[in-house]
Amino acid sequence: MADAPSGNADNNTAEAFLQGGSLRHAPGPYFGNYGGRWMPESLIAALDELEETFNKAKDDPEFRGQIADLNKNYSGRPSLLTEAKRFSQHAGGVRIFLKREDLNHTGSHKINNVLGQALLAKRMGKTRIIAETGAGQHGVASATAAALMGLECVVYMGAEDCRRQALNVARMELLGAKVIPVTSGSQTLKDAINDALRDWVANVANTHYLLGTAAGAHPFPAMVRYFHEVIGEEARAQILEQEGRLPDAVCACIGGGSNAIGIFHGFLDDPSVKIYGFEAGGEGVQTGRHAATITLGKPGVLHGARSYLMQDDDGQTIESHSISAGLDYPGVGPEHSYLADIGRVSYEPITDGEAMDAFRLLCRTEGIIPAIESSHALAGAIKVGQRLAAEDPASATEKIVIVNLSGRGDKDVATAAEWFDLLDKNSAESEIGKEGEQL
Amino acid sequence: MSSAETASQAGTASKSAAAIDRARSQGRSALVGYLPAGYPSVEDTIAAGIALAENGADLIEIGIPYSDPVMDGQVIQAATTEALAKGFHVSQVFDVVTGITSKTDAAVLVMTYWNPVVRMGVDEFSRRLAEAGGAGLITPDLIPDEAAEWMEASDKYGLDRVFLVAPSSTPERMQRTVDASRGFVYAVSIMGVTGARTSVSTAAKDVVAAAHGAGAERVCVGLGVSTADQVQEIAAYAEGVIVGTALVAALRDGGVDAVAALTKDLSTGLTREPGLTQETEA
Repeated sequence: MADAPSGNADNNTAEAFLQGGSLRHAPGPYFGNYGGRWMPESLIAALDELEETFNKAKDDPEFRGQIADLNKNYSGRPSLLTEAKRFSQHAGGVRIFLKREDLNHTGSHKINNVLGQALLAKRMGKTRIIAETGAGQHGVASATAAALMGLECVVYMGAEDCRRQALNVARMELLGAKVIPVTSGSQTLKDAINDALRDWVANVANTHYLLGTAAGAHPFPAMVRYFHEVIGEEARAQILEQEGRLPDAVCACIGGGSNAIGIFHGFLDDPSVKIYGFEAGGEGVQTGRHAATITLGKPGVLHGARSYLMQDDDGQTIESHSISAGLDYPGVGPEHSYLADIGRVSYEPITDGEAMDAFRLLCRTEGIIPAIESSHALAGAIKVGQRLAAEDPASATEKIVIVNLSGRGDKDVATAAEWFDLLDKNSAESEIGKEGEQL
Repeated sequence: MSSAETASQAGTASKSAAAIDRARSQGRSALVGYLPAGYPSVEDTIAAGIALAENGADLIEIGIPYSDPVMDGQVIQAATTEALAKGFHVSQVFDVVTGITSKTDAAVLVMTYWNPVVRMGVDEFSRRLAEAGGAGLITPDLIPDEAAEWMEASDKYGLDRVFLVAPSSTPERMQRTVDASRGFVYAVSIMGVTGARTSVSTAAKDVVAAAHGAGAERVCVGLGVSTADQVQEIAAYAEGVIVGTALVAALRDGGVDAVAALTKDLSTGLTREPGLTQETEA
């Protein structure tokens, strides 16, 4: 890796900023030096239309009512805030609470964003949505929203991911979506985004691009955050109601960063709350096979935004790597880059191994199978808890850490079974696992 | 600054404008040919660029292979992916520009997605491009709204800045983009990505008219142009015609000789039929 570590300025900067104003509801297009619209002119009119539609909608009681109704009666919100008592014993004895986005319909936080954007697509009179997906989670969520609202749905997915995630392809097709395997470039998530953008340029008159994370060109980062802010608002109200005080720390995993920005937002203006984002350290940041964008990347422009980016000395995007497909992206949302630079949020890498250890620990101590993405946040919370305990052992049991459990791990059982060598060598599953298939 | 002022300033300094005006003085539109740098090798790009210039291209557009080319169709993607796989480095684009400008009179622009420029540093990139004899940059994913650094560097080094306008551009954006451009304005003929198409969208003529209406003196049309007939159709209403994918396919299938032959053929479409104005030409 040619790039030196960057970001993570000291916390004084954030405190100074907080004295001057709020970090909440940043409207874009810029977050400090990040964000913007680094996009072909052909798409600017569509971005303008989306921004205008979104700005009107969020001030429209009818739209807010539709979102609230869908959140409650379709997604199953509010999601629970569950104390993980047995898991906490492994985190220095601090009290760990889980924000249960895994209990949402479709099994993750993704539903918050797709419902909001699908409603906006209908407001704009668009009849077709397109989406990118890595392992298939955002594709399944998009297909779900499209089915619910009667929209045509096309999902771009790397050809290799289609093969490995054949069952998620089937899920999307069951929901009525068309899945297009992407064979260009490196055939991964970033190339799926490229092909979705190419589709959007050609079909923008009737098509909305339902981007799955809080990245991309304005208004996507601010808009996707808006639809996920409910996570942080609920978590803040729940901890105040259950414990009568704010947490000491909040932890989330970061790929593009949508679940994280959603929960962080609730606590950005609470100076006493330390906030941590855990990136995918893959096989270790020293190996080059990771997705620790903020930890090791350099600012650049990709997919419409200026942000930290995994790139080589020529500005070519570097392939990311993570055991978790949802974190396997070489970019990151621009608001995270800004929060890193001002020191309000600390971003740290978690390796595949650390994440899988936390995955198994939560299974065995709480009876909850987490998504491997969320397991990065769990592994980070263990470290945060141990640090809090080391700083002040006497009061460790009074410390509170909230972890955003962004998704459930049913989709990851095959990967985990392979990782922990749980499959009979002669089983059909083992044979498939050797090929990297997800069951 | 009014667009007219921008254009008149550009008239003296701009290499692209000079090349287009030379064609105009010969009673025809300009031919702009695209080639990706390093495909199939840096030497071949230079040879093909010289062949372009010797067979009728007035301007040459050298693309920098990039990992995420969202405005390119499959033919150009395949070529640039191959160039990257063979180890192409961004700084080699200056070798290509030097290699062509030292042997021909064509104006040589670089077409690049923005991140490679950001990574090298906008000022550094601009300085080296000017030193190589380059005319300027065509920037498919940089809009004037985000171009403050590039506006400054292009002024400092006397480089053309070719922004794109599209069928979807509003009158306000058209005006802003024309005002910010120097050399020429790149009119995207169709809502889509690069690639040969059987017919040129009727939207192209409207985009060119809107750019002219906003004060642009030189508008070149690109995307989907691959035959002499299409060149002729566009030459009737635009100052320049841009051909990319067809040339890349020719280079892929028949090498430099095929590029020379195709360029010669395309250039036959350039001459406007006398006596017809831009308004009445079909």
